[in-house]
Amino acid sequence: MATRNIMIVGVGGQGTLLTSRILGGLAIEAGYDVKLSEVHGMAQRGGSVVTFVRYGENVYEPIVEEGQADVIIAFEKLEALRYAHFLKKDGALVINDWRIDPMPVVIGAAEYPENIIENLKEKYNVYSVNATEEAKKLGNSRVFNLIVLGVAAQHMDFSVEQWHKVIERTVPPKTVEINKNAFDVGYQLVTE
Amino acid sequence: MAKTKKVIMLGNEAIARGAFEAGVKVSAAYPGTPSTEISEYLVQYKDSLYCEWSPNEKVAAEVALGASIAGSRAMACMKHVGFNVAADPAYSISYIGVNGGLVFMVADDPGLYSSQNEQDTRMVARAAKLPVLEPSDSAEAKEYTKLAFEISEKFDRPVVLRITTRLAHSQGIVELCEPCANQDKPYVKNIGKNVMMPNNAKPRHAVIEQKNAELALAANTMDINRVEMADTSIGVITSGIPYQYVKEALPNASVLKLGMVNPLPKELICDFASKVDRLYIIEELDPVIEEQVKAWGIEAVGKELFTVLGEYSANMIKAAILGEKADFAQPAQAPGRPPILCPGCPHRSVYHTLKKLGLHAAGDIGCYTLGAVAPLSVVDTTVCMGSSISSLHGMEKAKGKDFIKNWVAVIGDSTFMHTGVNSLINMVYNNASGTVIIMDNSTTGMTGHQDHAATGKTLMGDAAYAIDIPTLCRAIGVKNVISVNAFDLELLEKTIKEEQQKDEVSVIITKTPCVLLTKGRKPFCVVDTEKCKGCGLCLKPGCPAITKQADGKVMIDDTMCTGCGLCAKLCKSGAIRLVKEG
Ligand SMILES: Cc1ncc(C[n+]2csc(CCOP(=O)(O)OP(=O)(O)O)c2C)c(N)n1
Ligand code: SF4
Ligand code: SF4
Repeated sequence: MATRNIMIVGVGGQGTLLTSRILGGLAIEAGYDVKLSEVHGMAQRGGSVVTFVRYGENVYEPIVEEGQADVIIAFEKLEALRYAHFLKKDGALVINDWRIDPMPVVIGAAEYPENIIENLKEKYNVYSVNATEEAKKLGNSRVFNLIVLGVAAQHMDFSVEQWHKVIERTVPPKTVEINKNAFDVGYQLVTE
Repeated sequence: MAKTKKVIMLGNEAIARGAFEAGVKVSAAYPGTPSTEISEYLVQYKDSLYCEWSPNEKVAAEVALGASIAGSRAMACMKHVGFNVAADPAYSISYIGVNGGLVFMVADDPGLYSSQNEQDTRMVARAAKLPVLEPSDSAEAKEYTKLAFEISEKFDRPVVLRITTRLAHSQGIVELCEPCANQDKPYVKNIGKNVMMPNNAKPRHAVIEQKNAELALAANTMDINRVEMADTSIGVITSGIPYQYVKEALPNASVLKLGMVNPLPKELICDFASKVDRLYIIEELDPVIEEQVKAWGIEAVGKELFTVLGEYSANMIKAAILGEKADFAQPAQAPGRPPILCPGCPHRSVYHTLKKLGLHAAGDIGCYTLGAVAPLSVVDTTVCMGSSISSLHGMEKAKGKDFIKNWVAVIGDSTFMHTGVNSLINMVYNNASGTVIIMDNSTTGMTGHQDHAATGKTLMGDAAYAIDIPTLCRAIGVKNVISVNAFDLELLEKTIKEEQQKDEVSVIITKTPCVLLTKGRKPFCVVDTEKCKGCGLCLKPGCPAITKQADGKVMIDDTMCTGCGLCAKLCKSGAIRLVKEG
């Protein structure tokens, strides 16, 4: 199998690390070699963060480069826009339809781009979801990232059982049920 | 040794595991991205080893030295700039050598993800004549850690295990082994070896040159210096993470992968060079391997093609060597998203006040460095840990008392305990008059919330005496020591104004915990849109949870807001109300 390249992009503090841990666990579960690269430290303070996950027979480089990603999971719209060019020609761009203004926008030094999702759809295979709204329906707005992951799972080659097993192992014991439910919501959601 | 289990591990976690398997007894460290997690993962083995946060890297290196002299395997962990702080002991420990194996885990940061410079530890280690091992993934990180202790004891050399951010913060598959049997050795009194005064150091210098020469010879046949012969038209010498980029970019090239980058295996390199048509040397940051290889008269291409700045990648190597440009869409124009102080951060309140008073701040290293970022833009200088206080002092001595009447030094609690306290001693001793604000948030925030000497808890989770910063300042001789809550805007402003006018040293401690120290749902604020006049006063401190809407009125994102109340205090229309919940 050719190495599969996944990227998770978002804003520091949005829980990108948890998501990448789940993906790493899955790759091992399925018997692949896997490498993933995370961001810790300064950038986690509300900055733009990107995590790379690569799995396959034999993985060397721990990062995904421009034009190589099979799936990009974006927890925020502007971050989807920033990293979209990392996507392969036929790759899937999964976007949480959620806006967090970066400081240059907050202070009026820059403008938050309009119609990000519509514009990205012209160039890429985009699957968007308002995961924060969906998570609120589940009673916990924090599990939005598992919903986004569920949508992304539709474009990856692991079984629901494998996802559930790894989620159980990775999230805090008390939150297993809600996280699995959130994943299922995303997995069953019809997006375009 | 029986292999037991395959797991996925962060590079730093693998180093901790390697240390455990190597039978390390003592580890001392000061946090610093990207080295911090080594210690945090080491704690899980606390039944078989001791680990601590020391107040700074010099202390950590000396703690490890003591453990080594006593006869136990020991290590000190730090980031690259921390190795500068530890340089004084490191250079002379190099002369002493070891009893129990001694390893410095030093993490470089090419690409400057979280640092104030991009220095190359291999340069520093070479200057200190220390052997350097460099792993290229998590599995090697664990194995090289163990090997580092073996080499240290076999050749009587302290060893540097050099990693970079990409290795420290990448995960890969690691096979776990059983820890090795007790490695402890008896203490041996040896004044000639362990007391570095001129008459002892002189012969020791000759000894260590000899030991390094023996190690360089042994390097020619070490497994970790490995030739992967393939197509001989292109040969590459590389090490560490760049090895992975080379394998990805040039799968058919012949590669000499160096696991030990100091001292270099000369014979092996000469032999490899003679077998390939064109030799490239691919190393991030400085041309450490390249300059030595070229000095031996070997023709090679290195920094002519590859930058000394930042990180490398496979695409970059492909483009440079094969002329193959990667094919991808144009990146979109997107406003940047720089790191910022968290919503509810107590530092924001202090900086808002300094800005209101029109003051300059000599800054320091920590989350509070972000006070240099718009809209706060209060911090004028940031260099290295502890420098805020001493540089303010230098300004006063250069330009006089009046010049610094609109300046303060700002420093975090962890940084104050690291080296700031020395600078404060200097101010008192040399009759300074400046005002120092210790932004005490009860943690080492920037690196992910580690304890320190003033928090009352150790790395191993034991209760400890929490050094009282106000008492410490008074003991040094500071007469004006005032503690204020960072969110008490009125008192804070009044205190700063008063202390600024005094012709003596003042220390103001803004003691309010980092908002991330408490978990769980926090209270939050809501805006009454009827009352909001759209004046924008609440936006001034730049909290990311509060944004202006199209109609000019503000909105608070309740998933981000922590209810610190700063914006509510600034609102003159009473439009922002705190909702108690959680
Ligand atoms: C010599 C050195 N060691 C370690 C670091 C890594 N580092 C950066 S800031 C910081 C401490 C921050 O803690 P504190 O001063 O309490 O400020 P806070 O981040 O909590 O606001 C550390 C350890 C460094 N930059 N330099
Ligand atoms: S981690 Fe704590 S100290 Fe650092 S910016 Fe966030 S609230 Fe402030
Ligand atoms: S209370 Fe205001 S300033 Fe504080 S975190 Fe909430 S929105 Fe930000």
